[in-house]
Amino acid sequence: MTFFPYVVAGWLFVIGLWGVVSSTDLVRTVLSLTVVQSSTYVVLLAIGYRSAGKAPIVADIPAASKLVDPVVQVLVLTDIVIEATVTALLLALVVQAHKRFGSVDPARLRALRH
Amino acid sequence: MTALQLVALLAVGVIGTAVVFVPEALRQAFMLGFYGLALTLLFFCFQAPDVALSEIVVSGLGLPVIVLAALRKIRTQEHAREDGDAE
Amino acid sequence: MSRRGRLSLFAVAGTGLLAVLLIGFHGLPRFGDYHGIYGLLVNRVEPAQRRATDIVTALNFDLRAFDTLGEEFILFASVAGVAVILRHLRDEDQDLQRSQGIEDHRFAGASEALRAGSLVLIPLLVALGAYVVFHGALTPGGGFQGGIVLAAGPLAILAAGRYLALKRLAPEWALEALEATGGACYALIGLGGLIFAGVYLRNFLPLGDSGQLLSAGMMPLNSIAVGLEVTGAFLLTWTEFLDQALVVRRGELRR
Repeated sequence: MTFFPYVVAGWLFVIGLWGVVSSTDLVRTVLSLTVVQSSTYVVLLAIGYRSAGKAPIVADIPAASKLVDPVVQVLVLTDIVIEATVTALLLALVVQAHKRFGSVDPARLRALRH
Repeated sequence: MTALQLVALLAVGVIGTAVVFVPEALRQAFMLGFYGLALTLLFFCFQAPDVALSEIVVSGLGLPVIVLAALRKIRTQEHAREDGDAE
Repeated sequence: MSRRGRLSLFAVAGTGLLAVLLIGFHGLPRFGDYHGIYGLLVNRVEPAQRRATDIVTALNFDLRAFDTLGEEFILFASVAGVAVILRHLRDEDQDLQRSQGIEDHRFAGASEALRAGSLVLIPLLVALGAYVVFHGALTPGGGFQGGIVLAAGPLAILAAGRYLALKRLAPEWALEALEATGGACYALIGLGGLIFAGVYLRNFLPLGDSGQLLSAGMMPLNSIAVGLEVTGAFLLTWTEFLDQALVVRRGELRR
């Protein structure tokens, strides 16, 4: 049971990749990529967790209490905001591809390139 | 591992699978909103309030505006193309 | 290779990947059994050394401020990419419109209830966003989270059905200036550390008492700089996409 977070993270990674591979619409590809990214957040936070640890905010608890690891939280926190803008960039590319080639189907895009 | 963490992990796993398998792009955008909520609950249960705040703000507000605007633009372009072809 | 062939190949490969991932994860310590030294050290040392009660924000804007500088510039670069791509599209559409003599458009407003509701929301969102940004070193929050909440304020004007008013309130040059100012301020505060304390991005301001608003040295300043940049970045991205989606031509474009 203590292995369960890693199972969920691995499952999310693979199922997100399946979404990327099997999509017929480029927007769906980009949105499935979000699921892949979130699996890394789950892994990082699961690594940093200490049993019976508290959140690393010492405003109202004594500073010597048992706290979870703050470093992985920093990584995940900035990552979430940055990946939103990268998703925006990918969606801008999808919009432009649709304008140029008239379709958001990845298979048809390949055909229209010739 | 507490019961709440277990429930949150199950919710994330189930809704994540649903995001991938739901049929259209517009419905997937809505499922992503629910997925963000499930992830926020999970991050709270892992004692990470900063991360939970970041996730709820981005997935509830930052991403949906962008995704819905992109979907709308693709649909208008498609209508314009169809009308142009029908002439 | 046909689509079916590709998907069955991925089904096999994906199962293999999942198995390898799970075997790899077995090598990690058990969930809850944390062995890292750096995290424990930071937790013990930081509250006395930097007087910030939110250790995550202290790491973000002080102890590992250089990584945040890099992340900020990733944000800046992707928003610049979005702007380049979508403005190119918009200019093409505008040329086409001009050549066909179609004039500028408007779009349907929203109901009175929506408009009144968003008028109430705007000051609340701006106040909440400013609170989250300023209190980054004290409570959960900081520049990244508060910046998006702050950007939601002007976006509520969109909900009121007045998108063109939003364009007038937040023109592109202002949003670009806001974003660039935020990024530049962060880098320049680091220079302050170089000049006054000998190391780039070292905390050089007085530390104050923990729990007060003006404490933890340069962390509130860094938080504000990042908040400005994230606000500008998200508003710019939103207006670029909404320009594409909402500014509808009256009449059709004949290609």
